[in-house]
Amino acid sequence: MPGFDLALLLHGQYHDWLVAGLLVSLKLAAVVLACALPLAIVIALLRLAPHRALRAIGATYVEVIRNVPLLAHLLFWYFGAPELLPDAVKEKLYAGNFEFIAAAIALTLYAAAFMAENIRSGIRAIPAVQFEAGRALGLSFLGAMRRVVLPQALRVTVPPLLSQAIIFWNDTSVATVIGVGEMMYQAARVETATFRSAEAFVFITAAYLVGSLSLTALAAWVQRRWPVRTF
Amino acid sequence: MIDLIHTYWLYFLVGQYPQGPLGGVALTVLLAAFALLLSMPFGLAMGLARTSGRRALRWPATGLVYLVRGIPLLLVVFWAYFFLPSVTGHKTDQFNTMLIALVVFDSIYLGEIVRAGIQGVPSGQYESARALGLGHGRAMRSVILPQALRSMLPSLVNQFVSTIKATSLGYIIGLTDTSFIATQINTQVFTKAPQVYLLLSLTYFLLCFGLSRFAFALERRLGRRTSSPSPAAPAGSAA
Repeated sequence: MPGFDLALLLHGQYHDWLVAGLLVSLKLAAVVLACALPLAIVIALLRLAPHRALRAIGATYVEVIRNVPLLAHLLFWYFGAPELLPDAVKEKLYAGNFEFIAAAIALTLYAAAFMAENIRSGIRAIPAVQFEAGRALGLSFLGAMRRVVLPQALRVTVPPLLSQAIIFWNDTSVATVIGVGEMMYQAARVETATFRSAEAFVFITAAYLVGSLSLTALAAWVQRRWPVRTF
Repeated sequence: MIDLIHTYWLYFLVGQYPQGPLGGVALTVLLAAFALLLSMPFGLAMGLARTSGRRALRWPATGLVYLVRGIPLLLVVFWAYFFLPSVTGHKTDQFNTMLIALVVFDSIYLGEIVRAGIQGVPSGQYESARALGLGHGRAMRSVILPQALRSMLPSLVNQFVSTIKATSLGYIIGLTDTSFIATQINTQVFTKAPQVYLLLSLTYFLLCFGLSRFAFALERRLGRRTSSPSPAAPAGSAA
């Protein structure tokens, strides 16, 4: 095996590929996080709703999504779902950057199921009397949640949500399977073009690690800065 | 969808076996089971190292946990795929590549489960074992671990679920697992992509949901047994 060629990573075409991959990974992670969080809050509230039918919808969503691997979600949204659409729409989709959209949809739905569970356990950590007092003061279900329970639950929920975010940051790599040009894809491309697998993999390993460890550090900082209040 | 199942069910379950290599659902389950079994000794070692009083053991183990949890499993698979051949000199097949990557991953996660199990045993247990004259190793083996391992059982089943889900990544390196077979079927049928991939999802769902329900039932049974009134048990030990 030839020696490790650092220059390959610092400039030139292959450097550009890998950096482009990093940017796509970051973009995918950002889109997923931004879309999954509101969805997760809705699902968590559904699971705690006063009506049995709403709770069943929330529970079904979480169980169905969580028990199917991300890869199957990606295959479904990229290869399966477009077949249900009219041909004209389908052609338009595949002509554009559909793999990124499909990956964003699959990852968002997947991430939301896990985050909803984190949020739900955060809400349940708040004593029920808080919610009851809110209702007794005349607030509605959503009002009591929004003004009384959720602000307190946030402190409990943010550290586990950040640990969950590490998992989704790593999970963006699976999007390579439907051809999204993210880091893993670009590393494989550099490997095929140059046979320099060590350089490409060292680069992306470092990039993933920096992302994950920053999130770990952020979670620790948040926990210190805003500790959970005990009741 | 029914005729799809009717035509391809055997191919989906076992791949081309016995005419060709084993594949499909059977391969997925087998690979996950092997990976979990093989990673158990390593997981135990990791858990003991993480809770050890010696820094020389605890720090490298902690570093390893941060390293492996900080990178995608797919990256571990790729490292194994491209570098095992240059170390061993001959090409590793997809099954063994995936197996090694999964063992690395499971060892780390099992290690964390073992650590939580050990830390969940009240410290009075360890102290009284030591006070009775047992050494560290003996106290761990005869007093702490038997109690810790029992409380770990549900987490172990859940780890099996995670491992089954993780085997799907073998698809990317061409392992003939359930996802790969589903894609093969999709290529052959060509017109029924939504049905094929729904069926694939449904298969994983039945496997994983069934197992996680089992873990849940196990947890409740164990919980009931630990919290059942025994005169010697101090209050609050049922956690």
